Formats: sequence, C-alpha cells, structure tokens
Amino acid sequence: MDNDKNEERPAMQPQDEAALLDEFERKIKAEEKIEPTDWMPEAYRKNLIRQMSQHAHSEVIGMQPEGNWISRSPSLRRKAVLLAKVQDEGGHGLYLYSATETLGISRSEMIEALQTGKAKYASIFNYPTLTWADVGAIGWLVDGAAIVNQISLQRTSYGPYSRAMIRICKEESFHQRQGYEIMYQLAKGTPEQKQMAQDSMNRFWWPSLMMFGPHDSESAHSGQSMKWKIKRQSNDELRQKFIDQTVPQIEVLGLEMPDPEIKWNEERGHYDSGEINWEEFYQVINGSGPCNHQRIKHHVKAHEDGEWVREAVRAYRAKQQAKSEENAA
Amino acid sequence: MSQEHLAVYEVFVRSARGLDHKHVGSLHAESPEHALMYARDCYIRRSEGVSIWVVEAKNITASQDEDLENFVEPMDDKPYRHATHYVLPDSVNNM
Amino acid sequence: MNVEQQNLFRFLVGLGDDAVVLSHRLSEWCSNGPYLEEDIALSNIALDYIGRARMFYQYAAEIEGKGRTEDDIAYLRDERQFTNLLIHELPINDFAFTMVRQFFVDVYYCEYLKQLCESKDERIAAIAAKAVKESRYHLKRSEPWIRQLSEGTEESRRRIQAALVELENFVGELFIMSDWEKELVEAGIAVDREKLQAGWDQYIQKFLAESDLEFPDSQLQIRGGRDGIHTEHLGHMLSDMQYVQRVYPGLEW
Repeated sequence: MDNDKNEERPAMQPQDEAALLDEFERKIKAEEKIEPTDWMPEAYRKNLIRQMSQHAHSEVIGMQPEGNWISRSPSLRRKAVLLAKVQDEGGHGLYLYSATETLGISRSEMIEALQTGKAKYASIFNYPTLTWADVGAIGWLVDGAAIVNQISLQRTSYGPYSRAMIRICKEESFHQRQGYEIMYQLAKGTPEQKQMAQDSMNRFWWPSLMMFGPHDSESAHSGQSMKWKIKRQSNDELRQKFIDQTVPQIEVLGLEMPDPEIKWNEERGHYDSGEINWEEFYQVINGSGPCNHQRIKHHVKAHEDGEWVREAVRAYRAKQQAKSEENAA
Repeated sequence: MSQEHLAVYEVFVRSARGLDHKHVGSLHAESPEHALMYARDCYIRRSEGVSIWVVEAKNITASQDEDLENFVEPMDDKPYRHATHYVLPDSVNNM
Repeated sequence: MNVEQQNLFRFLVGLGDDAVVLSHRLSEWCSNGPYLEEDIALSNIALDYIGRARMFYQYAAEIEGKGRTEDDIAYLRDERQFTNLLIHELPINDFAFTMVRQFFVDVYYCEYLKQLCESKDERIAAIAAKAVKESRYHLKRSEPWIRQLSEGTEESRRRIQAALVELENFVGELFIMSDWEKELVEAGIAVDREKLQAGWDQYIQKFLAESDLEFPDSQLQIRGGRDGIHTEHLGHMLSDMQYVQRVYPGLEW
C-alpha cells in the first residue's frame, strides 16, 4: 500500500538528509523496524530490493527442480505433499514480491530483471533433480539451509521483510520434515534405495553449503547489510550452524558422510569440514550451471504463454469499468 | 517484455472469530472478487483464517511520515487517558 | 466379492480414476501458470482432486478386500484397466482449454455430487459431501474465468471457441450409463447420470449465450472411458505417473 508514495518524495535538502539519516540509524540501533513510509538511505532501499527480490526469485525458480517430480511422485500421498510443497514455494515467492513492492518497485519490473539476468536467484536451483531421492534431499538439505538463513532473517530490520520471513518460516518446517522423511524411508529401504539416497545427498551437500554465499571475507554486500541489520548473522556463521545441525541427521540415516573431512572439533565445539569448490560456485552463479538456461527459459515461456490471459483480463476489466461508468452516467 | 498491470490488493485476515482482521500481505488480481479468491488460495492454505478482507491498495489512505510530528506526537502528552496515571490506595489498586 | 460388491468396486475405481487423472493434468500447471496467484490457485484444485481419488480408492480397496492399497490401484494398472471418463484425461492444452474443461466438469460435479450425497452408502455420501463443497468453490472460480476470456480480447475469445469445439464430443460421455451402474442406481447407491444431461446443457448454454457463444447439443459422443478405451494421451500420462513404481516394483517410498 506504500508503493505510490515513493515517487512523490520531495527533493531533500542536505541538512534534512543528515537529520533523517541520524533518525534512521537511531532506529536501527534501537532494534526498531524500518517501515515502508519511513525515510531510508537510497543504498538501504537498493540493497533490500536486491536481496529480497533475489529471495523471491529463488522461491519461484525453486518450484522447477522439485516440480520436475510432481508427475512422477511414487505414491498419491507423496504427490499431494510435493504439490503442496511446490505450491508453498510459489506462495513464498508471492509474500516476498509483495514485501518488496513496498519499496517502490513493481513485480513486473522484478520479473523483467530476473528474465534478463539482471537479478539473481539461489544457484542451488541450477542443479538438476535426477532421481526421486533428490526431492528428499532438496527438502531436507536445501530447505534446511534456507530455514537456517530465514530464521536469522526474521530479525531483519525491514518490517515487511521480517514479517514475510516469520510467515515463511512457520510454513517451511513441514518442507524440511517431508524431505527428511523421504530420505529416511529410502535409507531404511533396499540397498538400491539407500544408494539412491546416498548419491542424492552427495550431489546436494556441497551446493547446499554454497547457499550461504562466499566466505565472510569475500562477501561483497555483507558488511553494509550487517551494519543496517538487513542480515543478522554472517555467511560463515550460518553455514557452520547448518553443518552442525545436519551432521547428526546424516548419522541417523546411516549414510556415509558426503565430505571425508567432517569431524567433530571439541575445542571449537563445532564440526570441521572440507573446503567448498569456489570455482564451481562462481561458475554456477555466473550462469554456467547445468540448468541456468533451462530455468530461465521455463520461466519466460510460462510468462509469455500467459500474456494473452493477462491481456484478456485487462481488456475485460476495462470493458466492465466502461460499462459501469456508462450506467452511472 | 510484457507487464502484468493487474491491480495490487492488500489482504486482511481474521484468524479466528472474536479477533480483528490483520494485514497479512498483498497480491495482484483483476477484480475484488478474484482478489478474494486468490487471498483464500495464497494466504489461508493452512486454515489460517475464517474471514478475509481485500482492498485495492490505491484506495487506502495512509498517514504520512512527514506529518508525524503534528499527527502522532500531540497524543503523547495526555497521560490522563491511561489507567496508570491514577494512583489509588493499595487496597483497591486492581481497579 | 458378490455381484453387487463387484459393481460397487468398479464404481469407486471409476470415480477415483476420474479424480486422479484430472488432478494429474491440473498439477501440470504448477510453475506454468499465467501469473503466480493463478498458479497457486490451480494447485489447490489439483490437491482437492488427489484427495478425492485417495478416498475413492481407499474405499474400493476395502470393498475388494484383497489387501491392495490406494497406490496399488493408482500405480499398477495399465491404460486398458483405467476407467476414467475421457474428458478428464485430455491434455491441458492452453489455459482456455483447461478452464473450459474445468467449467464443464465443475457444473457437472456440482449436481452429480449433490445427488451422490443422498447415496444409501454412507461412506460414499460422506465423500460426496466433502467433494461437493470443493466443486462449488471450483465453479465459483471457473465461471468468471470463462466470462472474462470469452469477453476479453479477440484472441482469448478465439481460444475459448476452439476449446469448446475440441471438448464438444467428450461431454456426452459424462451422461452415459452402463447396465451395472444402473443396478447401483436402483440400489440407491449411485446417481443416474443420464438424468443430469438436460440440466447441464441448459446451464451451460444459458451461461455461454450471455457471452454470445454457442455450445451445440452434440450428437457425436466419443465414449469408452469406463470400459478402458481411451485417447492416446492416457498411456503417456500413466507411463509418466507410474514410472517409479514400475521401475522399482514392490518398494515403499
């Protein structure tokens, strides 16, 4: 409801701006949320738009790899669960687009940025889902990693983002559990099924760790985001948290560790683990993952196929409005 | 690149009878009727509500932050509107 | 199973097949909708139909009493054993086609399920009571869609007309009864679908006429679904749907 106002903001005098910045920083420091109609530094707005729209796009593009298995779900229950889950991802995309729109950008602008490659989405979705176990691994590891990140973001300084995160976290808990349930079923099944689970975990383990982004020392946006409390914990902190909570879950499954260097470090009170292949990370981010082109093409096709529908809706609406005006006259 | 151009609607949900409608987010729709249906599918998939309001965002008139000083702050100096303003003998202090 | 149980089993499996096949088609829209809100809404309808399929199959499996599960029925029969009415299996085509098909079956199910609520079989009546509420909501959605698309742009109208032509011959089968189903009607368990046709025709024609569209009383009726005679589309759907169960027989997922 706050979109329109941004366009009409009067030009600021420098002294006003300094006072406003002070007030903004006071709010951040006092853990008060920033709301859409508050004054905010342009860089804060831009940073938020970048992060939130990227988050929204990730939810929407994330529908595809799992959606790839809806038609082949092995039981009716699994099919209902998976469809409901993928639908939720769409819903989360919607919540996030809606929250981002409060910053004065429209959904169609965001979609255009996605489709032209200006906006990014989580690289994990550029990996293919090859077996049914991948649906389990994604729910367990990818959603698991996302939840670690999102729980932290519930405390983000921007009100609409924080509220969207709270809503999303509430819904996502079922996503991770259903994924783990699939993995558990496979791990306890025939050797063939167990192998399927192992293979899938091995493939998704490293990309899941990459979801937390580059090391803190390498992260382009982290410093400012932390200062403004858009991000509340660093990439490496969150990644460690994820590893610590996931390793015992791998043990319960009875699968082999996907990384031979995983070892409990008594001194640190955390698990040690091997180094991520950062070359692959940057390669996928920069568009050369196995499915980058496929994902965007799919999105563009759905959007273009829907154009005549949206056009019809607009035309019908205009006709109805003209009619009611005629009747009123 | 095509544009969506559907109207933005704000969504308010009453989570249970006896509670207020609360703002939960927004969505795009072509008419109020459709907005209501989409709100059902998008915002109460888990039975989070028993009643929904939708209103086109452009029809909401909101207070402006620039006016905050004149708009909100004059309310600050009327402590006598609050129960805590009145000190009563301990024996009746639960009033 | 005695004859009556055999008929009942067949009846339930047919209704389950209708639902499972349509849910599969609707789920194909997931991540392909014209915009996010509609994408989410279509998945909800697909989920309603999966739920319906499971309830019918579970009851069918109990009646049969051979220890089969809902999944055995859904995943381990081939296309000659599937008995859905053909309209449910047609590919989603474009959004206009999906919506016209949905509108047609919504109008049909609203009346059919309403009558099925009166079934003497309490379990069937209970399933119908749940399902009819879903269908009433589905109709509340599909009807305005048909109106908007019919009166929107030239293109949307042309697409609606094309969908009407394509579906024309698949509607009649909704109202054709076999002898075994008539026996169930006499026993107070099933609904006489033949008697629904006039009301359906009238509803549809009146609605379409308001948008200056015609839907002919079709003489040519393509039929065979309940006897396992399908279009070519079903086999492909089943090879997709049953893939995991067929490649790894007998496992739990």
